[in-house]
Amino acid sequence: MTFEQIASLLRERFAGAVEEVVPQATRPYVTVAAERWPEVARFLRDEPRLKLNFLRCVSSLDLLAEDSLAAVYDLATVPDAEAEEVLSCPHTFAVRVVTDRAAAHIPSVAGVWPAADWHEREAFDLMGIVFDGHPDLRRILCPEDWVGHPLRKDYEFPVEYHGIPGTTEHELNSPRH
Amino acid sequence: MTEISLQSQPDLLVDYDRGEQGDVDTEELLINMGPQHPSTHGVLRIVLRCDGEMVLEAVPHIGYLHRCAEKIGESLQPFQFIPYTDRMDYVAGMNQNQGFALAVEKLAGIAVPPRAQYLRVIFGELNRIASHLVSFGTYGLDMGAFTPFLYAFREREMVLDLFEAACGARLTYSYLTVGGTTHDLPEGWVDRCLEFCDYFEPKIDEYNDLLSFNHIFVKRTAGVGVVSAGDAVRWGLSGPCLRGSGVRWDLRKALPYDGYERFDFDIPIGRPGGSDRTVPHGVVVGDSWCRYFVRMEEMKQSLRIVRQALRDLPGGDHIVPKFKKNKTVKLPDDEVYLEVDNPRGQVGFYVRGDGSAIPARVKARGGSFCNLSITSHVVRGCLIADVPAIIGSIDVVMGEVDR
Amino acid sequence: MSWIENRFEEGVIVTSLDWAINWGRSNSLWPVTFGLACCAIEMMALGASRFDLDRFGAGAFRPTPRQADLMIVAGTVTYKMASRVRRLFNQMGEPKFVIAMGACTVGGGPYFKHGYHVVKGVDLVVPVDVYVPGCPPRPEALLEGIMRLQDRIRHTSRARDPRAAAARAAQLA
Repeated sequence: MTFEQIASLLRERFAGAVEEVVPQATRPYVTVAAERWPEVARFLRDEPRLKLNFLRCVSSLDLLAEDSLAAVYDLATVPDAEAEEVLSCPHTFAVRVVTDRAAAHIPSVAGVWPAADWHEREAFDLMGIVFDGHPDLRRILCPEDWVGHPLRKDYEFPVEYHGIPGTTEHELNSPRH
Repeated sequence: MTEISLQSQPDLLVDYDRGEQGDVDTEELLINMGPQHPSTHGVLRIVLRCDGEMVLEAVPHIGYLHRCAEKIGESLQPFQFIPYTDRMDYVAGMNQNQGFALAVEKLAGIAVPPRAQYLRVIFGELNRIASHLVSFGTYGLDMGAFTPFLYAFREREMVLDLFEAACGARLTYSYLTVGGTTHDLPEGWVDRCLEFCDYFEPKIDEYNDLLSFNHIFVKRTAGVGVVSAGDAVRWGLSGPCLRGSGVRWDLRKALPYDGYERFDFDIPIGRPGGSDRTVPHGVVVGDSWCRYFVRMEEMKQSLRIVRQALRDLPGGDHIVPKFKKNKTVKLPDDEVYLEVDNPRGQVGFYVRGDGSAIPARVKARGGSFCNLSITSHVVRGCLIADVPAIIGSIDVVMGEVDR
Repeated sequence: MSWIENRFEEGVIVTSLDWAINWGRSNSLWPVTFGLACCAIEMMALGASRFDLDRFGAGAFRPTPRQADLMIVAGTVTYKMASRVRRLFNQMGEPKFVIAMGACTVGGGPYFKHGYHVVKGVDLVVPVDVYVPGCPPRPEALLEGIMRLQDRIRHTSRARDPRAAAARAAQLA
């Protein structure tokens, strides 16, 4: 199925959940409302025509201009039994879920794709998006007592950590040159 | 017996109530493996909760090599970020470079000359061989066999000589860049590469005799850490870990990039024990032996691809001509996600541009990151000695896990 | 050996003893397996057959720091890892030496500018004897570093050992 077909299928089934369809992007995606995301996710995984059973990646995005954060889910179909012919031109699909910067909450889909477990922990650690319903939401890459969410655009680099001096970036407001 | 979840208090050594099983008092042990450990393939820490020798729960802790690659990606131009991609999966630098370069090229709409595509395939596959040699050598080392390590590194040095002749570096190449490759091949390189292919092909059978079918090795890895095909897909495994579970999925065939559709090669998958002469009895599809053996078979397929690519290598530019002077690329306000099949799994790059030369967001999806997430699920119920066998068969490189 | 450090004045017996002890120490440096990142692969290549560290006596990599006298910090040290590096260094017995291998351990390396989680040089965590620059340094470069360390060891004297003096002062304080 093409992207347009999948997007219109979603629009029919989940009226109101699909906020935006962006077919002109190099990698097209749809934007889904955060509170409807788990049921859409379950549909994408279980619908026989789609069977998007492989969660490739969860990328977090800082949309500072719109005062929001987003999580971008990239999905694919992988045959989970030995098939003589590799499924060529398989389905791939992408969904963006947007949330407020101040109170960033997105329902977790770790129950739909167990692969989301670590990806969502990373998005929480580095971007500060809280995934409601995640079995074990805690920092995964930075230490447990790290302050702040590093990938946010307004992140201030630490001056020191447990006595070890930090970076020179503390003199700048933002590390981008 | 009080149940304390390791995940909420991983650093405590707690006295458990002594339970009685028959007339033996048992007590649970908390064993900490890593982050400095000879068998954890880098700085991986696993906290094991064991009942004697049997592991009840294993919680991996990562992040000891978190080197802020994604923050750096938002501060540098794509061609400046290529060296950082090298250092993510440092054993397979060429493949990492290729992945990021392809993502940026797709975003910016750059068409790469055919010679560059062939060169990328050749170097990608040679790096696959080098990476699988490291995996083979270190896995032998984990299992207690020191000799395969020396054999593997002897052959790997030859591959690194070829790389050094082409780009000057042994490990962190930054050779496959946005638009093509940074340098063209030196004189006589193609012949040297063909010589290496002829020399190396019989060595793979030698390695199989040395390690793969060794009785002790088979005993330690067959039936250990079995991952079913359904589990593998659900947990996001890719690469040899997925193919070892019997799933014939390879991005080079399913979603080809850089002209892989031109080449003729097979995709090895895990097969059950006794199915033919080459698979020892006791092997189950999806166990550590299958994941390991898929890598050995992949080396043979890589040689096939390299030979075909060398035979058909076209002339022409090795990089988009205007990039020879200035590699700055304006990225549109658009996004792309592209995955390549690396030796350790599928590595994906999500690049979001904002109209300037510097990306707004670069996210790297490491194959090892997703492959490692299955550890806690798979290690339950096995013996402590099986933990290095499982980690070694997953073949993690922490640079890719932590980025 | 601490009873002998800084106790005697220089003379022919002490210098001969010096020579013998230094010869023994420099030719049997046992490193602890402390590969953190990419430099670890070059360290492994140094231990493998082409470059062969074993002919320098330093090929016996020990898994535990308690049996080792050399820590080759091979790879980037992050804030999360720093306390472990210090702990492992403390667990090594005297005399102990540290080689900072690679640009990341020398001064932060390529992660100097935007690495919020990277320690800008392992000498902020442990005292370093030899710095080996490179990203990663070739195995021959690391070998040069180990040979420089061997030279350094060969020139230490029991009569004038500042490190032992500092260690004793710290103990008494």
